[in-house]
Amino acid sequence: MKTITIIGAGLAGLSAAITAAQQGIHCILVSAQSSERAQSVLAEGGINAALNTKGEKDSPREHFEDTMKGGCCLADKNAVKGLTENAPDIVNWLRNLGVPFALDGSELDLRNFGGQKKKRTVFAKSSTGKMVMTAMIDEARKFEAENLIERLCHHEFKELIIENGECIGCLVVDTYTNQMQSLYGEVILATGGLNGLFGEATTGTTQNTGNAAAAVFRQGVEMGNLEMIQYHPTTMQISGKRMLISEAARGEGGRLYVLKNGEIWYFMEQLYSTWGNLAPRDVISREMAQVTLRDECGEQVYLDMRELSENIWKNKLSDLRDEIIHYKGIDPMKEPVPVEPGIHYFMGGILVNKNHQTNIDGLYAAGECTCQYHGANRLGGNSMLGAIYGGKIAALSAIEHKESTNPVGKTEEQEKETAADGVTDKYMQSALKQGLGIVRDEKSITEAIDEIETLKSKYPQNDKLILASAMLTSAKERKESRGAHYRSDFTEIKEEYQKTTVAKYVDGRIDISFRKID
Amino acid sequence: MEKEIKILRKRRGEKNSYWQSFMYSSDSENDTVATALKRLNNSERLIDIGGRETSKIQWQCSCLQKKCGACAMRINKVPRLACDTVLKDIKEKVVVLEPLKKFPVIEDLIVDRSIMFENLKRLKIWLNEEAANDGTEDAYEASRCLQCGCCLEVCPNFISDGKFAGMSAGTLTARLLSECSDAQKKEISDIYKKNIYAGCGKSLSCYGICPAGIDIEHLLVKSNAIAVWKHRR
Repeated sequence: MKTITIIGAGLAGLSAAITAAQQGIHCILVSAQSSERAQSVLAEGGINAALNTKGEKDSPREHFEDTMKGGCCLADKNAVKGLTENAPDIVNWLRNLGVPFALDGSELDLRNFGGQKKKRTVFAKSSTGKMVMTAMIDEARKFEAENLIERLCHHEFKELIIENGECIGCLVVDTYTNQMQSLYGEVILATGGLNGLFGEATTGTTQNTGNAAAAVFRQGVEMGNLEMIQYHPTTMQISGKRMLISEAARGEGGRLYVLKNGEIWYFMEQLYSTWGNLAPRDVISREMAQVTLRDECGEQVYLDMRELSENIWKNKLSDLRDEIIHYKGIDPMKEPVPVEPGIHYFMGGILVNKNHQTNIDGLYAAGECTCQYHGANRLGGNSMLGAIYGGKIAALSAIEHKESTNPVGKTEEQEKETAADGVTDKYMQSALKQGLGIVRDEKSITEAIDEIETLKSKYPQNDKLILASAMLTSAKERKESRGAHYRSDFTEIKEEYQKTTVAKYVDGRIDISFRKID
Repeated sequence: MEKEIKILRKRRGEKNSYWQSFMYSSDSENDTVATALKRLNNSERLIDIGGRETSKIQWQCSCLQKKCGACAMRINKVPRLACDTVLKDIKEKVVVLEPLKKFPVIEDLIVDRSIMFENLKRLKIWLNEEAANDGTEDAYEASRCLQCGCCLEVCPNFISDGKFAGMSAGTLTARLLSECSDAQKKEISDIYKKNIYAGCGKSLSCYGICPAGIDIEHLLVKSNAIAVWKHRR
């Protein structure tokens, strides 16, 4: 009997597990903590689908075009086509699972989101991720009771088992007992973004360590577009992390301003008359970095939500308001909120084709850990969609994978002492932040690479340093500005770089190449 | 700011717990218990109040913004989230951290809450048919449950190997009751009556404890109306 191992129990992992179970396929769902602790519960603003409930003549075709354009033509067209065409079905499926999406009459309500002209984002206030997760966890439980989904909670991924170039399983460790276990069969990685490489500078969770991605990179799994890191325009510093203020704040009418010669200046509205405050995230974050450097402008950007109606606060953003009051002591109904761009999403990651296969036979990946759908910049509302759709496709592909003659099931392994990360992380995070800011140049990237190389020579066992180096080298080799990757020394977009940056670890060194996109 | 943090620790596999104290100092007024634990663990050498070097403090965390429930623990005897407890707001001189007591301790502040998830499976908390989608507000409120276990910690009726699954199962049952189709209503009502309504002593000790601020009383009232008294939703 086929068994698929899924690493990560957030949206992508749950989607893969439910899809496999629906087909009667047994899967093992491995996660360090329960699904309730996954980063997916933090997703806020909504999920995109061209449902056209607002009489705006929206269509999956336009959703496709906006996604491609938002990603600066760096995503796989065929994959994005699948994503956007399937979006309405996915949202309807979620509705049937009981996700309490906002309604407008009997139809699903839609809100505006960045980089999209039409209302296309289905939402549940500003807690859409949590609502979707609760419903999907309940759905998965149904299959757990049938033993089709077998959960291995408090387990962490260690490495792939690769034989003759094929992934035949993986090694996981029980964090309660340190007992190692081999799980045989196809593997789907759904391990989330690479937040751990940047420490407290991101809006993500501490559980998204990047350890799994680092381990598989060392084992020869190709990574794509690692330099593409999304800085979300509206984040705030709270104790120990950046906290996101959802794009829904601007979707519902919030405006960004800076003080210019002491006067309020809604710079996005003046500088980008077409998009205003709902330009794609890369555009706004870059503009925020630039206006605050001007002599006539102040250093702080504010999000002004004072004009939003009471109805919007009550019915669409009450949770967001509570959060800002709780963490900052600022009531956004009455006062503007100081905001800064913060690291929010990784467009790059494990490189997969439109079937979510990696370069290693038998290994699949889905969700934020992958490079797929979002190109050089992700549109708000496309992350949850990408995770759910990606998880589904990955599972279907893994099911189709040829029957292997390799062992199936589990074996217990010798207990192994796990190497502690130690304080290396702190130095690595600091170097990456220096090299991979909103604005980059050869000098800052090269300095960061040198720092990482020094750390690597001291700690040769730390896989994350290799991945960090690959990330920086990808940024160095892409000598243009595109989407989230802005180089002050190469400010133009160049056609020759309309390709995927492929990073691969070969014979102990990092190889970077540019590959034509399908 | 300087605070003494006293932690009830237990080594993995060992039977006895022991107390160990640390001094934590910070320039930031906003540091939470979670920040303190992170910073203590990130120091090159972790030194206790008596000057002894010791192993890292084992605890669970994830989102650090009270949306995931991972870091639930007893803080000065009250079950709450470490990431939602600001140090300067703690009136007592010493910040006392203990693992939740209703669950088996794995190590230091980490407890095994798997019984909560086993209970949800035992109670068959899922929809067998498409949702009817007419309970949006209540479903929203109920879906916010973090499954952190704080409500179970204070509940006089919940014991981990008992039949009553507690309010953390009650929230999710309330979601199903407000969303399910008429065809599934009886089945879910029976689950509610047998496992939540019958076991809950209505002490409402969980009221006000929920870190997510879920209106538990409202959900009980609504669930009783649907499942027990058969009023309309």
